[in-house]
Amino acid sequence: MSDAALQNSSIALLRGQVLDRLRLRDRIFHFSTVAAALIVLAILAGVIIALFIGAIPALCNFGAGFLVSQRWNPVTENFGALAPIYGTLVTSLIAMVIAVPFGLLIAVFLTELCPIWLRRPIGIAIELLAGIPSIIYGIWGLFVFAPFLQGTLQPFLIKVFGNVPVLSELFAGPPYGIGILTAGLILAIMVLPFVTSISRDVFEAIPPVLKEAAYGVGATTWEVVRNVVLPYARVGVVGGFMLGLGRALGETMAVTFVIGNAHRISPSLLAPGTTISATIANEFTEAVGDIYTSSLIALGLILFVMTFIVLAAARYMLLRIDRRMG
Amino acid sequence: MMMLYARRRFRNMTMLVLSVGATLAGLGWLVLILWTLVVEGMSGLSLKVFTEMTPPPGSDGGLLNPIVGSLIMTSLAVAVGTPIGIFAGTYMAEYGRYSPLTQVVRFINDILLSAPSIIVGLFIYEVMVAPMGHFSAYAGAVALAVIVIPVVVRTTEDMLLLVPKELREAATALGMPRLYVIRRVSYRAAKAGILTGILLAIARISGETAPILFTALNNQFFSADLNAPMASLPAVIFQFALSPYKDWQKLAWTGALIITLAVLALSIIARMLAASRKTS
Repeated sequence: MSDAALQNSSIALLRGQVLDRLRLRDRIFHFSTVAAALIVLAILAGVIIALFIGAIPALCNFGAGFLVSQRWNPVTENFGALAPIYGTLVTSLIAMVIAVPFGLLIAVFLTELCPIWLRRPIGIAIELLAGIPSIIYGIWGLFVFAPFLQGTLQPFLIKVFGNVPVLSELFAGPPYGIGILTAGLILAIMVLPFVTSISRDVFEAIPPVLKEAAYGVGATTWEVVRNVVLPYARVGVVGGFMLGLGRALGETMAVTFVIGNAHRISPSLLAPGTTISATIANEFTEAVGDIYTSSLIALGLILFVMTFIVLAAARYMLLRIDRRMG
Repeated sequence: MMMLYARRRFRNMTMLVLSVGATLAGLGWLVLILWTLVVEGMSGLSLKVFTEMTPPPGSDGGLLNPIVGSLIMTSLAVAVGTPIGIFAGTYMAEYGRYSPLTQVVRFINDILLSAPSIIVGLFIYEVMVAPMGHFSAYAGAVALAVIVIPVVVRTTEDMLLLVPKELREAATALGMPRLYVIRRVSYRAAKAGILTGILLAIARISGETAPILFTALNNQFFSADLNAPMASLPAVIFQFALSPYKDWQKLAWTGALIITLAVLALSIIARMLAASRKTS
């Protein structure tokens, strides 16, 4: 009798130990996943803090003038961020002006025109284009695309717009091949897959009933796209553009190869220039002196703030459309 | 009336032709870039590329040290970044599915996912290279790991969210502790998807140049010392392509071809894995 009771209590004891052990392990696992999630936050916080601390010497030295000064003189240690900021904005603008209409048209083709069996292969091909590392675009841009532009498009632009007021300023000077325009065009090719695949996803999420109703009253394909698809998908498409813009602003290697790395603001798009990321990539390892290094880190901080704002806006918009689509 | 129809039809045709043209142009670029790469890269491709070191200008050589360097740093980055990414994704999809922390982490992770990679290079320079006083392969690997983490977090969370909750409920009803529900049920169901994410992360970092430049720097010689600068394919391509020497430029093209083939192969395998999951 007492034997059985003893056995029972020892089983209960054993079970209690096993349960305790499981509970402990579960707690450890739970804790490690929380820690990993916090690491993600810590990385972002670390990036901001590290860039800010690194930028302090330059910001103290030049103050707000850093943002509006065009000087960039390593010898006299006099630095200003205006030329790289200008280059970053103009190249990204060129990229978006070209990539947005192309991306939308390809998305229209993929969702409205393309035969079903061709949709997947073409979609995959466009996404592979997005996976090609940027240094490949850079080397291709330098050895193939820039000489090509130098021989064809640039002389053509100079000739055609040479006598038009305003535009002659934009396309002035000798055709170098490399320069702001070339960098913008390469960026356009790089951003295109992002714009396309997000536009396509948003287009595909539109309830078919809406399109069918429009076709039913006799609208043409283009009218359906223009009056039903685009208005419905607007927020998501704009979110996709912003995501592409975020890429274009921060893209480094492809631009570094073809921008020419000249610290000046020229009205001509054919002239060499520089962007924030190209300046950092080209000069950081060679920078001597605290102020020089710190100025480059300050450039990085400016770039990070710019992309953060753009990307946060993009995510917010895409979140909104996700919610609407349920 | 007929005029209106004709005009509408004409506008429709114009836009449709334009959209076909845009697609052809987009695909044309892909073909053009790949074609140039193959033509330029193949001419320099030989066994020597994989067995010899990077040469001084004007002489023969290969890409052995940058290839090994890239492999070492990529493996280290994956070894460090993958567990963190999977754990964080697990928290977001399992333990903390409805907690506010998950919302914040998801937002921040999405920002990190598309943040400029050169910023990551500067960050690691500030926290590792500057305090240590020298460039090192460790720093390069950590910089790459910082890029791996958001990719893995994103796919892990997405894939775990796809696991039907009935599976978890059934396991819990049998008395399984949470830990085993996640490991034996959720992970097993989401295995292919998580693996896809890791492959995509490897594809992403194998071509990354900007974060390497100020962390691992580059090395003309073979080095397995993780505490010293290390060569990597992207960094060597950057240096060689911008050099005035013809044979260096040729090696840069060959390196570019190797990277592109590796990246394309990885993304195609990842895609096939994801596709097999859907059909099974």
